[in-house]
Amino acid sequence: MTRLLRDRRGAFGALVLLVVLGCAVLAPLVTSGDPTTQRDIVATRFLPPLATDTHGSFHPLGTDRFGRDVWTRLVYGARISMGVGLLAVLVSLALGVVVGAVAGYWRGPVSTTLLGVTDFALALPRVVLLLLLAALWRPSTTLVIAVLGLTGWMSVARLVHGEVRALALRPFVEGAVAVGAHRVRVLLRHILPNALTPVIVAAALGVGNAISLEAGLSYLGLGVQPPTPSWGNMIASGRDTLVNAPWVATAPGLALVLVVVACTLLGDALRDVLDPNVNR
Amino acid sequence: MLARLGHRLLAGLAVVLGVVVLTFLLLHLAPGDPVELLLGPTATTEQLTAHRRSLGLDQPLPSQFVTWVGRFARGDWGSSIAKGRPVRRVLGDAWPATVRLVTLSLLLSYLIGLAVGAVQAARSGSRTDTVLSVTSVTLFAMPGYWLGLMLVLVFTYWARLLPAFGAAGFDSDYLSGGGRLVDRLRHLALPLTTLTLIGIGGAARFVRGAMLETLSQPFITTARAKGLTPRRVVGHHALRNALTPVLTLLGLSLPALFSGAVFVEAVFAWPGVGRVLVEAVQARDYPVVMAATAVSAVLVVAGNMLADVLAAWTDPRLRTSAT
Repeated sequence: MTRLLRDRRGAFGALVLLVVLGCAVLAPLVTSGDPTTQRDIVATRFLPPLATDTHGSFHPLGTDRFGRDVWTRLVYGARISMGVGLLAVLVSLALGVVVGAVAGYWRGPVSTTLLGVTDFALALPRVVLLLLLAALWRPSTTLVIAVLGLTGWMSVARLVHGEVRALALRPFVEGAVAVGAHRVRVLLRHILPNALTPVIVAAALGVGNAISLEAGLSYLGLGVQPPTPSWGNMIASGRDTLVNAPWVATAPGLALVLVVVACTLLGDALRDVLDPNVNR
Repeated sequence: MLARLGHRLLAGLAVVLGVVVLTFLLLHLAPGDPVELLLGPTATTEQLTAHRRSLGLDQPLPSQFVTWVGRFARGDWGSSIAKGRPVRRVLGDAWPATVRLVTLSLLLSYLIGLAVGAVQAARSGSRTDTVLSVTSVTLFAMPGYWLGLMLVLVFTYWARLLPAFGAAGFDSDYLSGGGRLVDRLRHLALPLTTLTLIGIGGAARFVRGAMLETLSQPFITTARAKGLTPRRVVGHHALRNALTPVLTLLGLSLPALFSGAVFVEAVFAWPGVGRVLVEAVQARDYPVVMAATAVSAVLVVAGNMLADVLAAWTDPRLRTSAT
């Protein structure tokens, strides 16, 4: 942990994610009011950043076309975007670890079938699938999580499969089997904990990717639906007012880039710290 | 090599078939009916059934599927339900725009990405390396539709230099040959820059990693010990060996680029396949969606196979291996 924080990339990534998560959790404390309230639209819409409206409320990032505070929506949008990203990655991790572990430990037809399914799913064009799934059912936050989770587990499964297969041949596993441990126990207690290193790295990178894709779907109107704020649908609504209020689209985009960069750097740092083979 | 290619070809065909079956099932399982969307809320039940029968949508699903596959294989891709035009014409109009955009940005981003990654690896740990690393991570993290919007804001609204929508101006038919080319290029500039910038980020990151791995190999030490210039060691010995994983990534990134293009096309109203697909999905235009996914699945598989062939071409060791 100290080594991770001593790495500049790791420290930066962890700090950014902590601040964003903190803001998201403490949203009512760091913002004023509700992300969907619209008061006097004519008087308060399109206020530039750092403006104070006629009611005396201060808008650090300005307001959008309905007079809603962009900072408040950004913070509440972080709840949705980070939540969707984390949950989607959890879903794909769970699926990927189970499929990978089973395929790596039980050889034979089970393994062949599971690997076949994984390779097949890996070859599917992900965005086409996302478009189909998200467009065909009524768009909702739950659907976005499910869709992202169900289309993101394959690389995790491959990673875990490789690790488990290599570990299963190691002497300590043989020893565990020799003292009469049950196969499931051997897998869960002895093999899996050793196989999770690459999974942690993949998870950090996966969160960034999922947040980015969620925003993409919401941008196309197929993800989180307005008035619930998500960074994607905020960018989409800012697109229409790009000329007279560029800050509406700029702010959520910058937040998105910052979080994805933080995830990537944290993932890179984690890989270096966790992998003893990397020479520095 | 040939046997391996044949094996890959079969596996690829299986994937394409799988994608088609999956798309078909998803389309038909999902709520929403193309005929209802087309005829509107005022249509009577009789009109709906009649229209469904005329489109063959009243048949059981398996027979609908078999009919579609048979026709598709013979080149009869049906007509768009929403637009009434033949699907081949709809896609035929859209493909060149997407292919132009994607191939150009793939080439540009890999050429620049290779150079950037090689420079970074050669000066690993230096300030140049850090600055370039931060830049490429940031570029890689940018969502295409947002970067596109920002470029539109700067180059179209503020600088008033480049057009933001479409592939050609309204007056392009009346321009002379040279003028038309300039018009096309000006329209291409922003979407191409968007896709290329993001591509450079990914490519440079990957090339740097592959180069660093190669540079730590013993034969590089040998090359250095022989007294070769650093330029020759990096450019000739390391780059060629680092090229194998890069080429694999190139093949694999073809589908990713196409999907990235879906979002970028949406921003710039680029008349490509991505836009056709999004519109068709929303209109439940079964024939168009089926044909577009089938073609993109073929492309994905072809991209993967191309990556294999390219890898075998750069790395002789892969030509004979059985896996």
